Amino acid sequence: MENNITIYCQTTALAELRYFLRKTLTMPFLSENDKLQLMLAVEEVCANLIIHSHDCNGEDYINLEVKEYPEKIIFEIKDQGKAFNILDYEIPDLIKVKGEKRKGGLGIILVKKIMDEIEFESASGVNTCRLIKWFQS
Amino acid sequence: MLNIEGLEENGYHILILVGEVDASNSVILDESIQKLIAGGSLAILIDCNELAYISSAGLGVFMSYLEDFQEKNIDFRIFGLSEKVFEVFKILGLHQIMAIFPDKETALSS
Repeated sequence: MENNITIYCQTTALAELRYFLRKTLTMPFLSENDKLQLMLAVEEVCANLIIHSHDCNGEDYINLEVKEYPEKIIFEIKDQGKAFNILDYEIPDLIKVKGEKRKGGLGIILVKKIMDEIEFESASGVNTCRLIKWFQS
Repeated sequence: MLNIEGLEENGYHILILVGEVDASNSVILDESIQKLIAGGSLAILIDCNELAYISSAGLGVFMSYLEDFQEKNIDFRIFGLSEKVFEVFKILGLHQIMAIFPDKETALSS
């Protein structure tokens, strides 16, 4: 099965990303809730990259590879924009977000709460973000 | 793909969300709510029975108006979330700061 996709840096590509993930996340041990939440976490990272690292430049692109193992799934997201290291961002306080009437900030909370591990590295102009979810056998 | 239909019922302005809300279309949701506030609505209901998916872009729209709703005494309620979508609200703790009801009847009568 084709386990990778390249999307261009426009928010309209997010629907394409979800279509790919729905087709890819078919492992029998995944519940419907798991599938939606994994899709959401991956989309949140990609949306951040599209908007903040690439300023929605449709000529730039992001690559996503889904790696399946018996006990875990790794989503490897690569891009060549301004490095956006999600690990540098602390989970904002929900009441503060509300008080400031902010629309942003919730995506990072979702990614950090849904995923078990997050890795980030930047080398030779390529940023790699790995979202890891472990499953009990 | 997101479609929003608006209707008025028993003094409530109801926005019916159909499809998926993400960063590409959350501005439509934002504008719909903004329009109701600007029009002086005091009761806004969000019908999510046909909402298949919502990312932080859409949830952020709701969040950004919660203070305004309090300040302007606007009764804001959400109903009809599927179990999967409600789980996302719960991950963020939004079910503790928003009025969420299982269905329209409960939302209107509570």
